[in-house]
Amino acid sequence: MAHRAVPLARWPGSGAATLVGALILGALAAVALRAEPGQGLGAADWAAVRFTVLQAVLSALISVALAVPVARALARRRFAGRRALIALLGAPFILPVIVAVLGLLTVFGRAGWISTALGWLGLPPVQIYGLHGVVLAHVFFNLPLAARLILQGWQEIPAERFRLAAQLGAGPRDIWRLLERPMLVRVVPGAAAVIFAICLSSFAVALTLGGGPRATTIELAIYQAFRFDFDLGRAALLSCVQIALTVAAALVALRLGRGDGFGGGLERPVQRWDANTRGHRVLDGSLIALAATFLMLPLAAIVTSGAPGLAKLPPSVWQAALNSVLVALASTAALLGLAVPMAATIAAGRGGAVELAGLLGLAVSPLVIGTGLFVILNPLTDVFALALPITALVNAVMALPFAMRILVPRARQVVAQNGRLALSLDMRSTFFLLRVLLPRMRAQIGFAAGLAAALSMGDLGVIALFADPERATLPLQVYRLMGAYQMQAAAGAALLLLALSMALFWLLDRGGRGHVEA
Amino acid sequence: MLKLEGATIRNGPFEVRADLAIEPGRRVAVIGPSGAGKTTLIEGIAGFLPVTQGRILWRDQDITHAPPGKRPVAMLFQDGNLFAHLSIAQNVGLGLRPDMRLNAEQKERVAGALARVGLTGKEARKPAELSGGQQSRAALARVLVQARPLLLLDEPFAALGPALKHAMLDLVTELSEETGATLLMVSHDPADARRITDRIILVDEGIAHPPRETGPLLDDPPEALRAYLG
Amino acid sequence: MRHLAFAAGFLLATSAGAQTPELTVYTYDSFVSEFGPGPKIEQAFEAQCDCDLKFVGAGDGAALLARLKLEGARTKADVVLGLDTSLIGTARDSGLFAPSNVSADYALPVAWDDPVFVPYDWGLFAFVHEVGLDAPASFRELAESDLKIVIQDPRSSTPGLGLLLWVKAAYGDEAPEIWSGLADNIVTVTKGWSESYGLFLNGEADMVLSYTTSPAYHRIAEGDDSKTAAIFEEGHYAQIEVAAKLAGSDQPELATQFLEFIGSDAFQSAVMTGNWMYPAIMPEGGLPDGFDTPLAAEQVLLLPSDQAAEVRDAALDEWLTALSR
Repeated sequence: MAHRAVPLARWPGSGAATLVGALILGALAAVALRAEPGQGLGAADWAAVRFTVLQAVLSALISVALAVPVARALARRRFAGRRALIALLGAPFILPVIVAVLGLLTVFGRAGWISTALGWLGLPPVQIYGLHGVVLAHVFFNLPLAARLILQGWQEIPAERFRLAAQLGAGPRDIWRLLERPMLVRVVPGAAAVIFAICLSSFAVALTLGGGPRATTIELAIYQAFRFDFDLGRAALLSCVQIALTVAAALVALRLGRGDGFGGGLERPVQRWDANTRGHRVLDGSLIALAATFLMLPLAAIVTSGAPGLAKLPPSVWQAALNSVLVALASTAALLGLAVPMAATIAAGRGGAVELAGLLGLAVSPLVIGTGLFVILNPLTDVFALALPITALVNAVMALPFAMRILVPRARQVVAQNGRLALSLDMRSTFFLLRVLLPRMRAQIGFAAGLAAALSMGDLGVIALFADPERATLPLQVYRLMGAYQMQAAAGAALLLLALSMALFWLLDRGGRGHVEA
Repeated sequence: MLKLEGATIRNGPFEVRADLAIEPGRRVAVIGPSGAGKTTLIEGIAGFLPVTQGRILWRDQDITHAPPGKRPVAMLFQDGNLFAHLSIAQNVGLGLRPDMRLNAEQKERVAGALARVGLTGKEARKPAELSGGQQSRAALARVLVQARPLLLLDEPFAALGPALKHAMLDLVTELSEETGATLLMVSHDPADARRITDRIILVDEGIAHPPRETGPLLDDPPEALRAYLG
Repeated sequence: MRHLAFAAGFLLATSAGAQTPELTVYTYDSFVSEFGPGPKIEQAFEAQCDCDLKFVGAGDGAALLARLKLEGARTKADVVLGLDTSLIGTARDSGLFAPSNVSADYALPVAWDDPVFVPYDWGLFAFVHEVGLDAPASFRELAESDLKIVIQDPRSSTPGLGLLLWVKAAYGDEAPEIWSGLADNIVTVTKGWSESYGLFLNGEADMVLSYTTSPAYHRIAEGDDSKTAAIFEEGHYAQIEVAAKLAGSDQPELATQFLEFIGSDAFQSAVMTGNWMYPAIMPEGGLPDGFDTPLAAEQVLLLPSDQAAEVRDAALDEWLTALSR
């Protein structure tokens, strides 16, 4: 091809995407084929679909709508503790659901801090249960993620463009129109689609904060089909509905998010000359403070309730913690092995199918993937022995959509900047990948790796199906402790989990950044 | 000899047609109104844009469908001629070995090329740590070690000041004379063309006309060129 | 190579271990945790059986059955321990279980005569609250009060299902009316027992759906007398937990031996203060201090296991309708 646009082979990414697609669709097919004739979808299921979509759309829109000003404030301001704050932004996202919900309720619940404070003023307590509670919880989980993704969009605008804008005397509004809005048009739809997809498979959050069976989601229906009815056909069918919704969201996002990047720069540190008035500083400062408070209060609740339990941790918790760290590291390695080639292929163009494969991980309920793998592997091997490797692999696939959102824009940018030069130098595909693309994506790879590791630490999806007592992960152990009335030890273990996840995230994210300002 | 035989180069909805030949060792300016297709012509020859009709020959070899790196071409773009994360020496070394595995002799050639463009001592710097003129010199050093017989310039020095631009163009002339390379450069400035080229290709409304001698053409420009020169 | 050697060593180690017979028992997670009865039972049984007892935790009761159905004939399980009365009907229909004809002098609130399913403990669903709360004495009183309760979803939780059957068994066709009355008392519905109990301990509700034996845990394990269970005059629904032998077991005799061991004092004592349930067979020392005496049989409700599945679907619809409004 005389006019191949980039010096990158497409097969590694296509291969990785095929593997992911085969894993997920294979698991789904295995469940469907194992099904005995059962009932199809009824009125209650469609009601669940409607509620699921409603809460997911609201959660996604509100999360990104709030994330934009927060990310903008973080992009415009430099202050002590900014890095730590950005790292902490990852925390809510990686908490096991039950821990996060209890943390949220300690703050926002009927007997929570806010209600207590309102009580002192003679006001009624906060009514947290209902659709708004579900959305609040999902915003708590996903606002930080959205803010990070969008902040990254800001960081990918080359310093030269801000200098140009400053030189043109552009104020905040002009910068918004010239640089920020076009960037957001490219970044926001993808971030929203990912959050929509996560919220689609919400179950315990939706049910607990939704206040009752009104808040029935598809995932709950799947759970019910599996456990009480053992109706695998229905589970597979519901899973297909989830996939269809995710794919639809992905297609909309891909269409909306099209657009040209900002071209190259010499990667000077970004300096901002706009928005330096007192008013802007106060605005940004208060936005950051508000967001930080909203996110930190529940974390503080987890810390306060967990600290006394730390001393009482049984030995099984430490074993589980070790398992979790190992799974997280393996999962991160698997993730990078899949995501980097896939991002490269997408950056090389014509990667639509690869993008879709990347999103599938979010589309399919972990229960379905787990059961499907179980059906496939059980006749072949000892599934228990494989519990941890399977968990690592499935966690990697689940983290893939996030990694792709992080890696793809940067990969595109590097290819746009360096692709033609590399081609004219007759650079080989592997060399371009290893010596140009990877070094220039260090920061993004570090962030993606950190997120994957932390996500895997907090995940409870598949392990619960396979784990025997010696192979429990930390989140599973938290649930087990709670199930045995050991609420204090469970709170301690949850705090340990939070600390370990944050540490892994911080190490990997920071390791990637090197000298580059994030 | 570079020949474009009834070649049509496509750039999205836009096309440039060329039926012309350039003798070896010539220095040729590509001149024409903005949007007429100068860059399209150059990128077609470099292999970044598809040739939908006709063919491109180099020394009677058909290179119409050869990938960019397999053509006898070294090219300097308007920008992005250096990898921002690699040192100057590494950037230049890429011209010899796109996998950066240089042997001692090749390392010496890199040092020689850097010395030739006056960048000795800056080997370990990153591009952002150099001035604009030094960055251009580094890119030229790479072109030098590439030692390709066809050198394409798509206004790489447009951002430099007049004195610096002249110095760079003189350096390009010297280098192409030393290596005997054929030079094809997009230009907006008739004075630049007079200064270093002996032929001009006029590109107008999607047609690249065969080269004509620089002096006579500029002294007595045809209608299209006159409108452009003003 | 090193990996190969490692793997070979591992295989040898496993096959060497396989010379003593191994009995695999699938059960729910909390049974095998270090706080559950599992470890003590394992020790006591291994002391007498000259075998290796291996507990495998697989989620909760409903997940256990789903897991066994998935594995079908290939299952490694010899015994399953942790199904309950609401699952026995479905479990029987699956054809996965074989009779063991184990029987004992049961201290159950109902007569028990089942060749396949061997009861090992039982409990009564109840709303647990802080001592000092002016607790209601019936569902109707609860519905009329302003008290806030947190319950579990019958679609994902065994106690949740128990509550559904409780209201149905006590009120029959009036159940929808009871649920409508309760709607404004229900703070929220959670996926499982752990979430509900956590919310209750966090102060989110006045009462939580749990067991009459839950306060015993707080008294005995934590020395905390502050929790008690509200006794309802319409009676309390029972949950009887059972074990059974798999039809495909390759250790059928050992499996039967284990099912018989369920009747031993060692097993029953471990269950009482590990599972926090009443013993199926009263051990010699009786109930430990801190346990309330179980309610009399006439205060205990339980639908026959073959009806539970049918009643469930209708009751679930009523529940959804009443609470979705």
